[in-house]
Amino acid sequence: MQGAATPMLEVKRLRKIYEDASRTVEAIRDVSFSVGQGELVCIVGPSGAGKTTLLKCVAGLLAPTSGGIILEGQPVAGPPPAMAVVFQEYGRSLFPWMNVHDNVALPLKQKKMSAERREELVRDALASVDLVGVDGAYPWQLSGGMQQRVAIARAVAYEPHVLLMDEPFAAVDAQTRADLEDLIRVLWRRLRVTVLFVTHDIDESVYLGQRVLVMSHAPTVIMEDVAIDLPDERTQLETRSMIRFGELRKHVYSQIQLAKQGWRPPTE
Amino acid sequence: MKSVVPPLRRVTVMLALPAASIATWWFTSAGSQNFYFPPLQTILDTFAKLWFSSQAIPNVLPSLARLSVGYLAAAFLGIAIGIPVGASRTLRNVLEPVLEFLRAVPPPVLVPVLILFTGIGNEMKALVIVSGCIWPVLLNTVAGVRSLDEVLEEVVRSYRIGGLARLWHFVLPGASPQIFTGLRQSLSIGIILMVVSEMFAASDGIGFVLVQYQRTFAIPEMWSGIIVLGIIGIVLSLIFRAVEGWILGWYHGLRQSQRAS
Repeated sequence: MQGAATPMLEVKRLRKIYEDASRTVEAIRDVSFSVGQGELVCIVGPSGAGKTTLLKCVAGLLAPTSGGIILEGQPVAGPPPAMAVVFQEYGRSLFPWMNVHDNVALPLKQKKMSAERREELVRDALASVDLVGVDGAYPWQLSGGMQQRVAIARAVAYEPHVLLMDEPFAAVDAQTRADLEDLIRVLWRRLRVTVLFVTHDIDESVYLGQRVLVMSHAPTVIMEDVAIDLPDERTQLETRSMIRFGELRKHVYSQIQLAKQGWRPPTE
Repeated sequence: MKSVVPPLRRVTVMLALPAASIATWWFTSAGSQNFYFPPLQTILDTFAKLWFSSQAIPNVLPSLARLSVGYLAAAFLGIAIGIPVGASRTLRNVLEPVLEFLRAVPPPVLVPVLILFTGIGNEMKALVIVSGCIWPVLLNTVAGVRSLDEVLEEVVRSYRIGGLARLWHFVLPGASPQIFTGLRQSLSIGIILMVVSEMFAASDGIGFVLVQYQRTFAIPEMWSGIIVLGIIGIVLSLIFRAVEGWILGWYHGLRQSQRAS
């Protein structure tokens, strides 16, 4: 597996079963993969594939039933300080009672650092997502795309080693989405951060990722680990019209179709 | 959508019914010979004489002081107890029957009981106000904490925001719209209990003088005291709205932006 030389993040035989008094639901059966330092890996799967469950387990927000998550050699038991999450619902993931600046600054106040350093991080993070001059605005005064930029800035300012993104662009319009995808590529290359990006959008996963992990229908296993051998310089217009892009897209698409029909790889 | 009404027209609309009511009262009561319903003019003359003089202060100030102490203590206790109860299902299950019972007890019946323990002083009156005002605050705080946004909750957890920062930046502001609903309900209860507690055993206060006037058949004075209570109610609710507008400004903006989209 790629990146195995310096694994930043390892998911080992992860299993998650939701249990309550009335019923038991097996969301994730057996998922293992590893992400190398500085890699950008996309996870794509049909709706109901337990993608969000997987991401929450990786983020330490949800305890797995068995198996584990190893981040930089340390087992994850609760949200680790070296991780930041960008959630899908931008309208609900920002504090509506705080302005943009305070939303980005709040997590930093939990870290021990000087006020100057904090201000510098907030300023740089907002500039890196092209948000200048909206420090004093409340999130609900901004468009959806701008709100998600604030959430990304908050994650960037946190200086994570691993950035987790849970369908972050599912709720914005197509053009904004394309801009935000390019923003993620730019930030990823500049900050050399490891990114795990969950999406249900096949094109998005191929366009963004160095690898695409295709998930099966729940109870989830990994169908395939697809290496995306597209050039590193990607642009919406050129990359998406490449023949190779079309091939990869078609390949992932057919895997997703299989997943929808309930096909699963033979268990070892 | 909020329609834009010119301010002058809004004020006119707002004041139309009160003005009409006062005019009706004024003209129908003019020249009234009924001992219990004196002309409004007589009441207002008495009002000016009684309540715009220095002798009003010894009666109004103690009432307002008891109300403030009782109300603020109830607000603090209601929020302080409501937050852990809202956050813990176990605590809710344990406390629910007791809370339901206590809430069902009408606070005025506590007055004789509280007199036994705390005498007839200001402590008793403040405690009566606390015992009535705490429930709307407490129950609304519980509901507010229970309905905190799950996504935001995960944001708070994933950024490891805990302890006091979590309380101050997440739990309190998140529950504040509902806490304010409770505070608003409590305010009117507080005014009622202020008067009631002073009617039982007191040597000053608006409730005390009202009963004095009634017992001595000083009818215009009694009516003027009722007007004073009404005015206090209006002023307090205006102050309340100003504070709410300041603290919940973000909430009204958020609601408006949601309606607009």
